[in-house]
Amino acid sequence: MSAKPILGQTAEIAGPKKAFLIPKPEVAASMVKRAKRPLLVVGSNAGKIRTRDGDLIDSAIRALGKVTVVATGHLIKEFRDRNAGGVHSMHLMNLGDRLRDPDWEGLDGEGRYDLAVFVGFPYYMEWLVLSGLKSFAQDLRTMSLDNSYQPNASWSLGAMPEDDWEEVLDVIVSNIEGGE
Amino acid sequence: MSKKDLKLKLDELSSAFGTFKGLEIEVGRIFEEDWEEPLGPTPFPSVGTLRSWDRKLLKRYKPFYMPFCDLCCLCTFGKCDLTGDKKGACGITMAGQQSRIVLIAGCIGASTHAAHARHMLDHLTEEYGRDVPLDVALNTNVEAPHVRLVCGIRPKTLRDLEDALDYVETQIVQLVAATHTGQEGDNIDFESKVFHAGMLDHVALEVADIMQIAALGMPKGDPEAPLTEMGYGSIDVTKPVIMCIGHNVLPSVDIIDYLMDNDLFGEVEIGGLCCTAHDMSRYDKRSKVIGPISWQLRFIRAGIPDLIVVDEQCIRTDVLTEARKIGVPVIATSEKVCLGLPERTDDDPDEIVDDLVSGRADGALIFEPRKVGEVSVKTVLGVAKRREGSKTFNIAELSELADKCRTCLECLRACPNSLPIEEAMQSAKSGVYGSLAALYDLCVGCGRCESACPVDLPIISMITKASEDSVAAERYPMRVGRGAIQDVEIREVGSPIVFGEIPGVVALVGCANYPAGFGDVAKIAEEFLRRRFIVVASGCSAMNIAMTRDEDGLNLYEKYLGNFDAGGLVNVGSCVANAHITGAAIKIANIFAKRPLRANYEEIADYILNRVGAVGVAWGAMSQKAAAIAAGCWRLGIPVVVGPHGSKYRRMLLGRKEKEEDWTIYNARDGREVYVGPAPEHLFYAAETLEEAIVMIAKLAMRPNDTNKGRAIKLSHYIDLHQRLYGSMPDDLHLYVRREADVPFTMKDEIMKALEERGWVEDRIATPDPTLLERMIRRRE
Repeated sequence: MSAKPILGQTAEIAGPKKAFLIPKPEVAASMVKRAKRPLLVVGSNAGKIRTRDGDLIDSAIRALGKVTVVATGHLIKEFRDRNAGGVHSMHLMNLGDRLRDPDWEGLDGEGRYDLAVFVGFPYYMEWLVLSGLKSFAQDLRTMSLDNSYQPNASWSLGAMPEDDWEEVLDVIVSNIEGGE
Repeated sequence: MSKKDLKLKLDELSSAFGTFKGLEIEVGRIFEEDWEEPLGPTPFPSVGTLRSWDRKLLKRYKPFYMPFCDLCCLCTFGKCDLTGDKKGACGITMAGQQSRIVLIAGCIGASTHAAHARHMLDHLTEEYGRDVPLDVALNTNVEAPHVRLVCGIRPKTLRDLEDALDYVETQIVQLVAATHTGQEGDNIDFESKVFHAGMLDHVALEVADIMQIAALGMPKGDPEAPLTEMGYGSIDVTKPVIMCIGHNVLPSVDIIDYLMDNDLFGEVEIGGLCCTAHDMSRYDKRSKVIGPISWQLRFIRAGIPDLIVVDEQCIRTDVLTEARKIGVPVIATSEKVCLGLPERTDDDPDEIVDDLVSGRADGALIFEPRKVGEVSVKTVLGVAKRREGSKTFNIAELSELADKCRTCLECLRACPNSLPIEEAMQSAKSGVYGSLAALYDLCVGCGRCESACPVDLPIISMITKASEDSVAAERYPMRVGRGAIQDVEIREVGSPIVFGEIPGVVALVGCANYPAGFGDVAKIAEEFLRRRFIVVASGCSAMNIAMTRDEDGLNLYEKYLGNFDAGGLVNVGSCVANAHITGAAIKIANIFAKRPLRANYEEIADYILNRVGAVGVAWGAMSQKAAAIAAGCWRLGIPVVVGPHGSKYRRMLLGRKEKEEDWTIYNARDGREVYVGPAPEHLFYAAETLEEAIVMIAKLAMRPNDTNKGRAIKLSHYIDLHQRLYGSMPDDLHLYVRREADVPFTMKDEIMKALEERGWVEDRIATPDPTLLERMIRRRE
């Protein structure tokens, strides 16, 4: 993996606290598996992102059962159309607002999440929500699996070509799914 | 109460001190008490007067900050890192700093509108005198709802507007002072000040618009205001073309007057971009509306204008550089936008024209609007003659240009919408331009891609050139901005709005920083027009609404009437006309519900929050002015939805629907505190997708005061949209159905089943006479 911490949009420079670059996909999968209450947050671009499963929605469906999945925007319709049960729906602003709340009971009423993994978003919107969480949800760890470096996450993939990204996502999902 | 000058003029006075001839005495100003309505509790409110109302709103709609920058760099202690729980050298926290920046944005916006209003007031007073009556709208007594509500004065003439504007200017100074290092520190108090800036902004907007309506003869709330032509293709390029950019119509008015006085209107094309275009068409419908703010670069690059006249606001700051590239001069007309040009206000007009036509000068700064009129028309005739035969794209072959592309992807990283410019360039290399042309509708026209390109490709020009044929065919009818909503219209719709039978008022306002092209605004408009909401529009949004046609070739202005009524599409006009939208909400409380208006802000805002199902939508909001306009809505209890780029305002005001304690209010009938459900759920909200926004708009139209019938109508829209766009029944119906009578009849079985699964109980959600204000309780039990 030859990813670099290159910003998805030139001017979205980082503050003093920057995301650690995820060195290889197995590390990302391992962090998800080690988390007590991980949440996979899938954004509205997911249907346009090609993966080895088909698209990112299909990949998220593959991860279901091992991680709680929430779709933002109106993406839940795509999951429903593919008969994927158990996927939650919450708008990104509402979710960001709740993730910073230490008393939030979570989408399933089981308590707060300790890791939120973001993928499939317009770059700047993800950047901003991660920024809000960086400052106002300091005990929440965040991760970005998009193919541009997200400086406000705790950990982020770096910029990489789409073909490499496909492979990286496949390794991450396979590792989460397989429990290796 | 209104103020009047006292002037005493005596031809001759004999007194113990002697005899005086031609004596004039001026005693400042005296109050005139001829308004029967008693003065309310908050005339000319200062920064802290409405703080308790703001805190009620902010307790429910809490700020969610998304810092755009982790640092504060406003003083020499800094830069200070505020990330997390760090504090700056002055002690400010990240929340404090973010709200401070929001306040600065609000102040910039409010002062921009106030400065616009001041310039206009000074000029119109000089031109027409102070006694121009404020005849603002047909069948209307409440000529200035914001001025009456906030200031407690009833303005009758231009002179009376000075008091309102003096007040606004004074208050903005106080607000800006609060942002200095070592002043305000509490984020909620900063937010209260943001609301104050918004309230002031709407007073300034109203002052600016009603005076231009009154003095310049713009449409007076006419639902049948004429249609004008808009779009790139509406300009006859065979004629000399004057392009006016900005928001302040005064220079354009004098250009139009000069054309008329000299019988030249048929020989010269005059078109506008951004809100100046709206107001030009309100002044004379023969002037053309070229398009919204995004069209500036495209239109200039196409080589079509022979002269560019700029006034103020939303002008590209590199307009002079762009104009030089096509060899046309620029006339600047405002002290706020001098562009480095030499001031020529006192020069002989013919000398200025000679310099501009010959190219000896590439622009002039002229502050006197009449001189702008004369110089502009004479200049454009001369320049057009010089440019005969050269008014085309000055651009090399597209494939040759595309060949230079290094596929470095810097354009992609610079583009606000991450458009696939590099892919389009690859196609263009082989002479296939479809991908390049497809970017036209999606591009916001900012030009950041060009700045980033290491080989200086003129990407905006290439996109426009590739779509030249379709762009030239852009020609749409647009209803001219009608201005205010008539009192008589308010009387007609007040009851169905307040009881929920008209499902809501959707106001599509703001700029053109769209995430996926201008077509989305028209989609939102049509969705709600078909559902018999009242759709109100202004600014760039009102233009973009015009720019789609159905299969019969009709656009929305041709399909829907301009009445403020169910299924009406109301273009109020330019940015400053936004005051009429919030003004309509105020007038519903005053005219329909007979709530006292005069200096009675809290009660009116409380009424609107709980009863008037209005929602502001700024899908492409870009500017600080848009931030101030939104803030004026918030203080009045009107929720605002923005597009994804609106998240860059870095602060949302979000309700938490599951927290019952946040949604209790008083029942004014008996003083009991009751739960009414999360209506409206949010005050400021950025949607990630168009579909999310549409469903949210329908939901935000619900209010505690809805009757059973009204709530059933609103729920039917919310559910229908949710089912269509999300593929399921909403999961929060149990928070909005108060009793079985609220349930839309056609979906009753399905809804009752869903409610049962949620453990819904009838009447747990109350239907009170809703208020957040203790003083509105009529009787305590």
